[in-house]
Amino acid sequence: MALPLAFVWTEFAQQVTSGLAAGAIYASLALALVLIYQTTNVVNFAQGEMATFTTYVAWSMMHHGLGYWPAFVLTLLIAFGAGVTVERVLIRPVEHRPEIVIVILTIGMFIAINGLVGWIFGPEVKAFDSPFPNRSVVVGGVSISVQDIGTFGVCLGTVVALWLFFRLTTLGLAMRAVAFNPGASRLMGVRVGWMLALGWGFAAVLGAIAGMMAAPTVFLDPDMMLVVLIYAFAAAVLGGIDSPVGAVVGGLLIGVVINLLGAYVNFVGQELRLPTALAVLLVVLVIRPSGLFGRVVVRKV
Amino acid sequence: MRRALTPALQGLVLAGAVLVIVLLPRFTSEFRLGQFTYVGIYFVALLGLNILTGYNGQITLGHAAFMAIGGYTAALLILGRSGFELLGQQASHVLPQHGMRAIFTIPIAGLVTGVIGCLFGIPALRLAGVSLALATLAVSVSLPAVAKRFEHLTGGGGGLSLPLPHAPFGWHVSSPHWLYYEAWVCAGILFVVAWLLVRGRVGRAWRAIRDGEVAAVSSGVSPAVYKTLAFGISAAYAGVAGALFAIQVSYINPDTFPVTLSLLLLASVVIGGLSSLSGVIVGALVLEFLPIYAQAPPILHLQFAKEAGPVVFGITLILIVLLIPGGAASLVGRITRPVTNRAKSGSAPPSHDDFAR
Amino acid sequence: MSTLLELRGVEARYGPIKALHGVSLTVADGEIVALLGANGAGKTTTLRAVSGTVRHTGEIVFEGKQIARGKPDAVARAGIAHVPEGRGLFTQLSVWENLRMGAYVRGERRTLRAEAPRVFKYFPWLERRRDQQAGTLSGGEQQMLALGRALVGRPRLLMLDEPSLGLAPTVVQELFRIVKELNADDGLTVLVVEQNANVALDAAARAYVLEVGQVAIEGDSAELRRHEGVRKSYLGY
Repeated sequence: MALPLAFVWTEFAQQVTSGLAAGAIYASLALALVLIYQTTNVVNFAQGEMATFTTYVAWSMMHHGLGYWPAFVLTLLIAFGAGVTVERVLIRPVEHRPEIVIVILTIGMFIAINGLVGWIFGPEVKAFDSPFPNRSVVVGGVSISVQDIGTFGVCLGTVVALWLFFRLTTLGLAMRAVAFNPGASRLMGVRVGWMLALGWGFAAVLGAIAGMMAAPTVFLDPDMMLVVLIYAFAAAVLGGIDSPVGAVVGGLLIGVVINLLGAYVNFVGQELRLPTALAVLLVVLVIRPSGLFGRVVVRKV
Repeated sequence: MRRALTPALQGLVLAGAVLVIVLLPRFTSEFRLGQFTYVGIYFVALLGLNILTGYNGQITLGHAAFMAIGGYTAALLILGRSGFELLGQQASHVLPQHGMRAIFTIPIAGLVTGVIGCLFGIPALRLAGVSLALATLAVSVSLPAVAKRFEHLTGGGGGLSLPLPHAPFGWHVSSPHWLYYEAWVCAGILFVVAWLLVRGRVGRAWRAIRDGEVAAVSSGVSPAVYKTLAFGISAAYAGVAGALFAIQVSYINPDTFPVTLSLLLLASVVIGGLSSLSGVIVGALVLEFLPIYAQAPPILHLQFAKEAGPVVFGITLILIVLLIPGGAASLVGRITRPVTNRAKSGSAPPSHDDFAR
Repeated sequence: MSTLLELRGVEARYGPIKALHGVSLTVADGEIVALLGANGAGKTTTLRAVSGTVRHTGEIVFEGKQIARGKPDAVARAGIAHVPEGRGLFTQLSVWENLRMGAYVRGERRTLRAEAPRVFKYFPWLERRRDQQAGTLSGGEQQMLALGRALVGRPRLLMLDEPSLGLAPTVVQELFRIVKELNADDGLTVLVVEQNANVALDAAARAYVLEVGQVAIEGDSAELRRHEGVRKSYLGY
């Protein structure tokens, strides 16, 4: 491993800020995964593909003349509806089946949606507009791209908005109650099934945001969210699969560490960023299987 | 294990299948023969996957990665350092100087991949269920990048071109015929091996672990040993399949065995029927022919984009999970036996835990 | 007094095992009725049949109407509060959030504003400790919280499943004192399942004794106290 001889503060800061922006995207998708896991106890392998699909929908609307922000909002609404529908139609029938069965179902969704995207929109790579201007601001000698600031702001803003929703509103409380104890929630008059569906709806919205923020940089193609999904899983697992805070922190951490590793460790370079991140993750998991923030689960005999 | 058919009938079906496989080349075009060769290759891969996921309950999304390892092993052994350098690349000193006959590389590829599989199985013991699926997915996604990086060993992004295959030892068999029989002989041998393993002590241990690891331990079964063994054996099967594939195509590059293949392999084994060796043949046929027929349905004379394949595949998998969880193999049971009354309504008693978490 | 809850020939099973073999009982408006019996007699199952958490056959009529089958949330909305065995608290939420959930069934904000003062009158310490995580409360405190949470929803019928389980005798006394007070002051109708027959008969006006999924003995509490079978098996003398 070769470290550069001269350690430049500004370059370090720049790597950190762009890492935070990428990390915000991972954090959004990771939060989506954790949200679904906490409410329905399902690991949704198709979360990335759902995000891809909704991003393509946004592109399609913009391609037909709709402005960015109207398309953005409309896409979020469509994503919400799609998430709710998927939960009610596909997941509800298999709720009580073993974990392996539901995983396979989401893999089926992955395959189908991945193909569908290519079928409807074509496999060629497309460009996706960014709502943020293509310039940089200089803060304390460090050049930060406005795109990065915007991405970070939108993603984290959504996360905070969601957090407020869960903390303050009745519906949010009910959803949290369902996540902790669905049986008792029913006795309180909560329609548990619909709470689960809402969880999927919100998760789909998070995914759509992650996709739309990632698309300007990674460009639109059917496989675009695959790597993001892996990082998001890594973040969720690192943070503890049942900890929303852990997922967000994990996402940001991974974003920054990946960037720094890629910039400063020659061996890693650009190509080996993903494998290196995963190697680190596997090491963490082997040492502490419940992740950094997760509760240690005692397996019931 | 429920048997849908009596042993005599099973034997008959098996004999019939063998007959069909042996005689097929006489009745099909060369092109079709190539397709059925792929069916044989997928059959081998799916046998291995079924052992790991169906019989031992360890879900893996990285089976294609093991195929890649087997494929690259075979390719490198066929080329040798001399062949590698002929491609204009700098070769690693790990490779032997001269290439060897393709047919010998197959068991070696299996062995190498099997050992790597065992090595992977050891840390995998710490992971269960979904975490394992994630870890294998991660490996699967990372492998192409790693392969591209270590050019001296893999030929980088450009891949490795192999000499065209032909029957060895001067046998007078056409290439397509040779490849077909090579694949199916491997498939046959490995099927018998799998069958023996599954019905023996090893298979029982695997199933015991799948159905309840804690209970298995108390019966004296060591999960560490058997789970690692399952990983190794399934990897070995994948390695053989990968080697056969590379030989068939005469080419391999980091994208030959992508993540989507891992997912399709899993989908196929579920469609055929998890923990059913006979269902594997259905899975192999589906894997080869479903995408083709999805894109160009025979009767309708329509032509769809090639993405129609995955869409139909995914939807089929979803429908199977929702409606026929036992896969195609379970349908055989339904046809040959009357449907028995399933356990009546009334759920298991909600335990103390349901309310007091 | 009118009949609030009536069960007629209710049967219930867990898979292949039949737990209730035709239970019939009534609870009148404003009464406290106890359901006694040994472990496995079917007391908890009876409450579950009412709240819809186990499927049943037979009739269950509440306020003159058949209750919704298999829909616990609908039963809760109809005005039946079920405090299950183990209390069913949201242990990771705070005391206050648990109370909020209790009010959910009638519209969280309004109901809580109206009912919280009353609950705090009976359990003043709940207000002081409103931000404490429910799981860190003692056993007795948790039972009080579970009761308070049920009350916040202004139920017509309160069903308590083994409230004394795991609690010290003084705590149990206090708990039942509060239940009696609620019944006397607000006319709250209570159906309580108890293994502790002594304290239950003390609070309840009438009781049923279940054995092997059926009503074996019924009558008012004084009668049951004198009943020889009840004395020997459940009261210990």
